[in-house]
Amino acid sequence: MYEKLLCAPLFCIGSLFAQGTESGKISGNFQSNAQIYYEDSNLGIGPENLPEEKFLSNSFVNLQYTSNIFSAGMRYEANQNSLLGYDKRYNGEGIAYRFVRINRNGLDITAGNFYEQFGSGIILRAYEERNLGYDNAFDGIRLKYSPIEGVYLKSLVGKQRWYFDKSEGIVRGFDGEISLNEIFKALRDVRSQISIGGSLVSKFQQDLDPIYILPKNVVSWASRFNVHHGKWILGAEYVYKYNDPSATNNFIYKEGQALLANISYSQKRFGISFSGKRVDNMSFNSDRNLKGQEVSINYLPAFTKQHTYTLATIYPYGTIANGEMGLQAELSYLIKKGSRIGGGFGMGVLINFSNAYSIHQAQIDEKTSLGKSGTLGYTSDFFKMGDEKYFQEFNIELSRKINRKLKLIGTYVNTHYNSKVIAGYDYFGMIKANILVLETQYKLKARQALRTEIQHLSTKQHDGNWAMALVEYTVSPHYFFAIQNLYNYGNKSKKNHYPNLSAGYGKGTNRFTLGYGKQKQGIFCVGGVCREVPKSNGISLSITSSF
Amino acid sequence: MKKLLIFTSIILAYSTCVAQDATKLFPSIDVKSLEGKLVNTNEFKNDSRPMVVAFWATWCKPCTKELNAISDVYDAWQSETGVKLIAISIDDARNTAKIGPYANGKGWPFEIYTDPNSDLKRALNVNAIPHTFLLNAKKEIVWQHTSYLDGDEYELYEAILKL
Repeated sequence: MYEKLLCAPLFCIGSLFAQGTESGKISGNFQSNAQIYYEDSNLGIGPENLPEEKFLSNSFVNLQYTSNIFSAGMRYEANQNSLLGYDKRYNGEGIAYRFVRINRNGLDITAGNFYEQFGSGIILRAYEERNLGYDNAFDGIRLKYSPIEGVYLKSLVGKQRWYFDKSEGIVRGFDGEISLNEIFKALRDVRSQISIGGSLVSKFQQDLDPIYILPKNVVSWASRFNVHHGKWILGAEYVYKYNDPSATNNFIYKEGQALLANISYSQKRFGISFSGKRVDNMSFNSDRNLKGQEVSINYLPAFTKQHTYTLATIYPYGTIANGEMGLQAELSYLIKKGSRIGGGFGMGVLINFSNAYSIHQAQIDEKTSLGKSGTLGYTSDFFKMGDEKYFQEFNIELSRKINRKLKLIGTYVNTHYNSKVIAGYDYFGMIKANILVLETQYKLKARQALRTEIQHLSTKQHDGNWAMALVEYTVSPHYFFAIQNLYNYGNKSKKNHYPNLSAGYGKGTNRFTLGYGKQKQGIFCVGGVCREVPKSNGISLSITSSF
Repeated sequence: MKKLLIFTSIILAYSTCVAQDATKLFPSIDVKSLEGKLVNTNEFKNDSRPMVVAFWATWCKPCTKELNAISDVYDAWQSETGVKLIAISIDDARNTAKIGPYANGKGWPFEIYTDPNSDLKRALNVNAIPHTFLLNAKKEIVWQHTSYLDGDEYELYEAILKL
């Protein structure tokens, strides 16, 4: 009897899935990254700093069932134990993500885990970046509803993921977006498209502090607009947060605010964009006692170029949540083929400039030092920049096809990197670096290609000069082989080589990559999040699959 | 015995679901146009001719390579098969303003949408980009591929020609 009772609901679920949903399907993906670590006396990796396990791996599988109105899914994670560079609190295994979602008559209900973003994310964003080990998903309830065309409402309540646990605070949020052109008939055929939006987010956390009386509920609100007119797009979002003393802001009672604005123009073969931002005391965590970004409620994007060439990623920028002001401009242009400069295939030009400075800060009164705990911290003039430069970068990339087989891409980057503020280095101050990269792409046959990169970074500070060379041979659609070496020849204490060999095989959505070599120590960033990767020597294997 | 029964019933229930996997319909998810308008993927249309959905980002080199390669032969592909490519950018707020200018600066003739909350990316189980899907006239996923190696566009075109 007991068995029957247990089995019955399972069969019911099975047939429920089968009934209303002829289009129902199960799908998912899988990823496993593993590495064997070796000692390396040149890199200073001895038995004492080699992981005890010698073999570490991070894996997960996502499974989801989807039909017209119903979907459900889960992710099983197994980090036994986590790869070096990932937080050790990820060690372990279990179902870290599961949800059901019902979408009927315009009401979309999610129960369980979900990712969400309001506006640009500066007030609320839960997302995952698996390769960084970043995941601040909510566990709770989310509703989405569109009462009439052009009005989109979202609300949520939940706690955020904190490794294999949950953050203490409860987050409540509401967001509305209105597309004016869709609502008002008179505006339907107007060339300008306008949308406006607003959000309200609050978090609740008990106050157990022995010294201060802390706000248990912290409210923040944001408003935004977006105008599209012909080839122009203009958008901005402003967020305000009431006092939220936290470990990140040294427990000051000052309000927080941030403004992002951007404008762009583009037409065929030409585009230009400008962005500006100001961030003031806008770290917003669902646990005020945690200093890192692991339970961030909001997302403060770095307005700098996201590089991919290895040497250009050595000094990456991440937003300083306590305060910064910055600008970015980017120009993209394809010089016409047939012209003198464009040659037979045209030439691509990509120019980017970005910077970030401290914000203006003044003492609240003569007796109180700047940013003192338990006070209002400081006052700040919204339109005034601070004196300290955090970051500046200029880069230009020229790409040109020489003939049907050969393409060249040249890149120059000039970086100013305030290592004390960004990375917490004590001795290097403002690191100024020049980076040059020449990439060649050569088609041997229709499906075989050879790609090379020669890179050089010169700087008088920190680790000094670097050189790098890479050769990659690919055979479509299945194979690639690559060999590369980084050489830190300008380092005064140790001139290390970091050679690496890798090969991969892919078929459909399955991919296997095997690598052997040395990895330099560094900061690896995607989006606004960075992670320290320690130096290592070893064999790595990565398998990904999607089904 | 008890455990075995439970286990069998789970497997049975599961296989009932799996048996439904006859279709590979493209999911219905909201994405955003570059103008900032919400668009449901149900509205992706190409008069019953094939569509290619390609995930990319402004920071993804192989994605740019893939879209450049397809852009070079797109006119010929279109006149022969009527195929349409829809490029989905997974760039977040860091790069949102740059997507349009970037794509235009490359001269890409594609329809472009953004997936800022990665909803479509998750619904399609995309692990890493580039990841490219081919949809037939019924909007069923008939072919997909991850990563890009020089010449992979020929594989895609062969798959389009088979439709």
